[in-house]
Amino acid sequence: METQELKTPLYDWHVKNGARMAPFAGYQMPIQYSGIVAEHTATRQAAGVFDISHMGRLRFDGPRADQLLDRLLTRRVLDMQPGQVRYSLVCNEAGGILDDVLVSCLESPSSKIYFLLVVNASNKAKIVRWLTPELADFPDVEFNDVTDSTAMIAIQGPKSLEVCQKLFPPSVLGLGYYRAKVTEQMSKPCVVSRTGYTGEDGFELIVRGEDAPRVWENLLLAGRDLGISPVGLGARDTLRLEGGMPLYGHELDESIDPYTAGLGFACQCKDRDFIGRAVLLTKSKEPPNRKRVGLVLEGRRAAREQSECFDPEGNRIGTVTSGTFSPTMQKPISMAYLATGAASIGSEIQVDIRGTTSKAWVQELPFYKRAGSV
Amino acid sequence: MTLSPENLKYLSSHEWVYAPEDGSGVATVGISAFAVAELNDLVYMALPKVGQSVEAGQEFGEVESVKAVSPMYSPVSGQIVEIHEGIVDRLESLNSDAYAGGWLIKIKMSDPSQLDGLLDYQAYQKLLAQNG
Repeated sequence: METQELKTPLYDWHVKNGARMAPFAGYQMPIQYSGIVAEHTATRQAAGVFDISHMGRLRFDGPRADQLLDRLLTRRVLDMQPGQVRYSLVCNEAGGILDDVLVSCLESPSSKIYFLLVVNASNKAKIVRWLTPELADFPDVEFNDVTDSTAMIAIQGPKSLEVCQKLFPPSVLGLGYYRAKVTEQMSKPCVVSRTGYTGEDGFELIVRGEDAPRVWENLLLAGRDLGISPVGLGARDTLRLEGGMPLYGHELDESIDPYTAGLGFACQCKDRDFIGRAVLLTKSKEPPNRKRVGLVLEGRRAAREQSECFDPEGNRIGTVTSGTFSPTMQKPISMAYLATGAASIGSEIQVDIRGTTSKAWVQELPFYKRAGSV
Repeated sequence: MTLSPENLKYLSSHEWVYAPEDGSGVATVGISAFAVAELNDLVYMALPKVGQSVEAGQEFGEVESVKAVSPMYSPVSGQIVEIHEGIVDRLESLNSDAYAGGWLIKIKMSDPSQLDGLLDYQAYQKLLAQNG
């Protein structure tokens, strides 16, 4: 048996509470507790709490930390103010996507400004290798991988604000979308951001590993009467898929550039330099050959990764990158890359699911938008 | 002999087969309660048609949950003589009964001796305990 996987600080809680565990990106992670659909629905209707401690957390201190990150990220970092969070990409020189990340500019209680980069678990080692040579040019930047000394917990869903009202000071509850703050939970340090990966309102918390089980229990207790549920990686995937959000290794990889992926908003090529800029500047001016789109299928069979897509004449036009049976829409949904000419909203296409074809229609992403969101 | 879990034989891939020695040579096939619980949230099932041939150890259909698709393997070789009408439209019923009320297909066996190579109830329970 390979039992080399790391455990998050919440591992014991998961096992004790009957989670089905499986290795994911080097960690033993909870895939589901009560069931994917029940957890998915709890998140859409009330609130879900997620152990996302496997995500990489990289901290950069020092007066030139912003310059280092500005060189690595497709999105401008130099103008970030404390409390801001930005979604960005890390690209290689050819404009291929190495990772999609959240960068936060934070102010510690002692008024120190620092930056936090949250990277995909499966990409952390690659990103650390990628940025290490750059550190040589920034000897005054102190870089620390704080993943294993901390834990990360997401609370997502329409009731997440109400749950957090019981646990955090009012300043936290006033955080705008994509804003973050260093605060405390029961007098223990905690970074709170108004971010997430479900299409719902919610927060992501970073706490010290030793404080994680208590924060986790506090969230579940505070939300007990509101219908809160722990949520595993299974429902995290169906939620993000309905939310139209790409997942690295499925919709994103080094062969795909940000414009093809529909993530041009995360590239700022004007008046700055960063790795991959020259190629991305060119790409920003020409329409991509392929487009990331949503598909809704007939029937109940889901088209999953690698299902091939055809136009009504039988010409191959693309490939599915993720798919599931949507618990909210009660229909099979997929994300796919289609040839730009075949990707117009409403087009009927054919998807080959293990030898038999299903009809599908191109749909605008996201599939799901929460009430009141823009 | 009734169609209850103790009287069935199993594949390690969690299909069961019921083959009473009634001279009919017809075996009834389904998937175990463990498989149903493991898959969770079933949304789709594809079954073969009456008259189709199946081979022992070969795929006869597939079952899909929100999470994933799983092939279903035939425990024996033969020809499909009946499929459970309507079961694919009420897959949730497998959660409460994956056996007598949740059978999937009936196969006219071409080689009943294939049954001897399958797991009995005790051996299947042992397998579940080992994997559990």
